[in-house]
Amino acid sequence: MKIHEYQAKEILRAFGVPVPESKIAFSVKEAEEAATEIGLPVVVKAQIHAGGRGKGGGVKFAPTAQDVTQYANDILGMTLVTHQTGPEGKLVKKVLIEAASNIDRELYAGIVFDRASSKVTFMVSTEGGMEIEKVAEETPEKIVKVAVDPAVGLQAFQARQMAFALNLTGDALKNGVKFFLALYKAYMGTDASLFEINPLVVTKEGDVIALDAKANFDDNALYRHKDIMALRDLDEEEPMEIEAGRSGLNYIKLDGNIGCMVNGAGLAMGTMDIIKLTGGEPANFLDVGGAASAETVEKGFRIILSDKNVKAVLINIFGGIVRCDRVAKGVIEAIKNIDTQVPIVVRLQGTNAEEGKKLLEASGMNIIAATELRDAAEKVVSTLKTIKA
Amino acid sequence: MSVLVDKNTKLVVQGITGSEGAYHTQQMLEYGTNVVAGVTPGKGGQLFMDKIPIYNTMRGAVEKTGANASVIFVPPAFAADAIMEAAEAGVALVICITEGIPSLDMLEVHEYLKKYPNTRLIGPNCPGVITPGEAKIGIMPGFIHKPGTIGIISRSGTLTYEAVHQLVEAGFGQSTAIGIGGDPIIGTRHIDAVKLLNEDPKTEAIVLIGEIGGSDEETAAAYIAENVDKPVVAFIAGQTAPPGKRMGHAGAIIAGGKGTAEEKMKALEAAGIHVVKSPADIGKKLKEVLG
Repeated sequence: MKIHEYQAKEILRAFGVPVPESKIAFSVKEAEEAATEIGLPVVVKAQIHAGGRGKGGGVKFAPTAQDVTQYANDILGMTLVTHQTGPEGKLVKKVLIEAASNIDRELYAGIVFDRASSKVTFMVSTEGGMEIEKVAEETPEKIVKVAVDPAVGLQAFQARQMAFALNLTGDALKNGVKFFLALYKAYMGTDASLFEINPLVVTKEGDVIALDAKANFDDNALYRHKDIMALRDLDEEEPMEIEAGRSGLNYIKLDGNIGCMVNGAGLAMGTMDIIKLTGGEPANFLDVGGAASAETVEKGFRIILSDKNVKAVLINIFGGIVRCDRVAKGVIEAIKNIDTQVPIVVRLQGTNAEEGKKLLEASGMNIIAATELRDAAEKVVSTLKTIKA
Repeated sequence: MSVLVDKNTKLVVQGITGSEGAYHTQQMLEYGTNVVAGVTPGKGGQLFMDKIPIYNTMRGAVEKTGANASVIFVPPAFAADAIMEAAEAGVALVICITEGIPSLDMLEVHEYLKKYPNTRLIGPNCPGVITPGEAKIGIMPGFIHKPGTIGIISRSGTLTYEAVHQLVEAGFGQSTAIGIGGDPIIGTRHIDAVKLLNEDPKTEAIVLIGEIGGSDEETAAAYIAENVDKPVVAFIAGQTAPPGKRMGHAGAIIAGGKGTAEEKMKALEAAGIHVVKSPADIGKKLKEVLG
């Protein structure tokens, strides 16, 4: 799960990680009040779940009260387009009003789970403000990695290693060590899956603070962090993906026109792949999970067909625990309820596949049955060609 | 021969009285798996289906029955604990079916298991392991499999069934099919499963099914290039998956431009592995390779 910068900073603050003084504002008036309370100069920052906000015009330095009013007015309600939002952009509904920092240096700090070593790993770099992927590609020697021993957690000497690698000295060195130790506690204490502090700044006074903060959390651990779960902002997510999640379905919208519904994530990806290889374009990823009952199939249909680009649907079910005759009944029932003209190819394989196929054929509905994967992909792509012709 | 499980495997089911555990225990018994005990804390002393003794602890189950393997069907919040309990009780093989275990819990498990080098963990978030005709430990449909000489390794459930189905259609049975799981932290990775199947004299060829996310397929490819003479056919799912989106499995995500299907397919091809682009070509390709 992703959260906003202002929420991430509240969490960091609670764990003793230094962040600038700030307040969230939902209106120009609130922004003005926040600026008065914090004291000028401030920075006005758009709050959306995407990086690159500064370049898109969503972050402005406001030295005067007039500037605060002007920028809050400009940014609130704007559609911010960054390299992470896609061309359609994101509507800005709130801004963070933050005390401006007396920046001396801009650095980078991140924590991720490194899959290759199975260790929580810090990444720090002197190249603050840059995209870390770019630094990793162009100047990998500028990224210092420190892996944490899970048995004992981050040690002070490791925090010092990072502070020295960033050329911190004097007060900044001491503050940097404290910063990393606190950041680690915050990561572990919240079941995070990613923290990114970019930039991590050293002020002229020698303070080390998180000027920006990005935090992602392990969805599987949210059950034990009700406070973090409450920070979810549904405005930032695809409405259909939310809807699917509520029904226990896993849906991700793509740009093609062939909708697909599959049981199992691996087979769902494989089905998308074969659609593409056969000359079609998948419209979505949809894993209906192990159950594939009439209700889930119907729900899945409604979600797929809510995407107006969808011109044909491929259902691919490999029955293991789930019996294909039951799936067939579910499909027939669902199509009756939905009343759609879109051609539907159903491929059933595994437990009771033959019975399922017979049911589909006997239904008298506009369903094209298939038994093999290749056959199913070819049939669904060719229905599309027929429509065009 | 086969790997990991066979007719001599004595299995404990952890979470045997839960709905999943109970259902799949029946299925495993029907297949012929030697289920010797179940564990549900607080239900020790009862019998499952009037014949299988239930114990409160894994230690109790292992001491009384001499079980050497366990399968876990407990809910995600308690699954990490169940894995550690199984290792501590001394079983050689722990297969964790449970999906949705928090990463930090698995991090602890991963660390804890280092103390038990004789225990192998398969999963979590996997369909299990089957040696056709001998034993099935997990949730896969037993009847689609056929005894034979092809070893299968996969991060996914139904996609493995698809591969098994194609192999059988092409006339090939399986030595052992290993579902290693779709999570970022798993007990047995592609490379470990490749080693097992490579050393198994009955396995003549290997089918490796990977997906986007991480770099385990690349690591296995490097090992295969150096050490494996048996033919390997591979498919990577997620060639059309968008970056930054988790495709169902917790581990299936292209992050920071890394973990793409393209990278993996390239690494596998460079290792001399027969990579198929289409998931429908797995059986066909194997037939071509084995002649």
